[in-house]
Amino acid sequence: MSDTPKDFDGRRWHDMGGQPAGPVKPAEHDFALWEKRVDALQVLMSSKGYFTVDGLRRALEDMGEDAYEKYSYYERWIAAVNQNLIEAGLYTLEELGAKMGEVKTRGGTYGDASA
Amino acid sequence: MPHDHHDHDHFHHDGMSPSGHPYRADNDTPLTYWQTMEIAVREILIEKGITTPEEIARQIDEMDARSPANGAAVVARAWVDPAFKTRLLDDASAASAEMGFDIGGLRLIAVENTDEVHNMIVCTLCSCYPRNLLGLPPDWYKTRAYRSRAVKEPRKVLEEFGVTIPDQVKIRVHDSTADMRYIVLPARPAGTGSMGEAELARLVTRDSMIGTGLPKTP
Repeated sequence: MSDTPKDFDGRRWHDMGGQPAGPVKPAEHDFALWEKRVDALQVLMSSKGYFTVDGLRRALEDMGEDAYEKYSYYERWIAAVNQNLIEAGLYTLEELGAKMGEVKTRGGTYGDASA
Repeated sequence: MPHDHHDHDHFHHDGMSPSGHPYRADNDTPLTYWQTMEIAVREILIEKGITTPEEIARQIDEMDARSPANGAAVVARAWVDPAFKTRLLDDASAASAEMGFDIGGLRLIAVENTDEVHNMIVCTLCSCYPRNLLGLPPDWYKTRAYRSRAVKEPRKVLEEFGVTIPDQVKIRVHDSTADMRYIVLPARPAGTGSMGEAELARLVTRDSMIGTGLPKTP
């Protein structure tokens, strides 16, 4: 690790307490149905014991800083929930891929595709 | 408090959802990759009998039913009932459960604002929040700006929320974790001596229970 940057303090990106940042913008929004479903899946699957909140966070943190800037909160959550469920052995990547392919053929909007 | 939209009774008003947030455009925008993933994951779990559509709908209803009004009811009870306040500060999970609010497996800690101390809560690592009493966290609570700065320059952050805390009042910032959540017990506003519990609850804003706001005054 001879090329460790001098200003590297050993923190990972998500450990942002105390770091410099801009003003707090008081953004508020309600949640779309698909986001509420992601939240519900997280609560249900963790309460059934398939993964823990720590498992969810580990997947979120491993996505890295770029994902934090690029994707919305529940976009990152569904990715993390999915990863934990695959790791728990509930389904395979192949099953997921096939199902996502089929879902996309149903229509161009969430309403059409989730009917 | 220019950011605080909760200046109406019961935390809803025109254009706001029951959870106190503006509605967001929903099901008629083009299907995204992540939405496709949500549908696929949900349907696979249902097909395999791991969950049911009813169970998911019930979970959403339960979350929707949680709003800052729950936390406000707890705060107002603590303002009028000293014995309850003692129990709340001793074990906020048990005291909330006493009022019918299920906190689940989390440890909930109530921190009291006084003439000497102003408390505020944050989750620097992620987005942990007393969701069983306040509903889902507002967007700003999850932002880099709030998470980073709340623990370093809380006074300045509070000023951005329109809250000025006198210099002699200490600010204590509580960093939440997945298993340990905080809620602020704001100080009862002056001039509310004759008010009943329900009336008092309407003074308790969401942000006053996060510590980024103060209760309304009558």
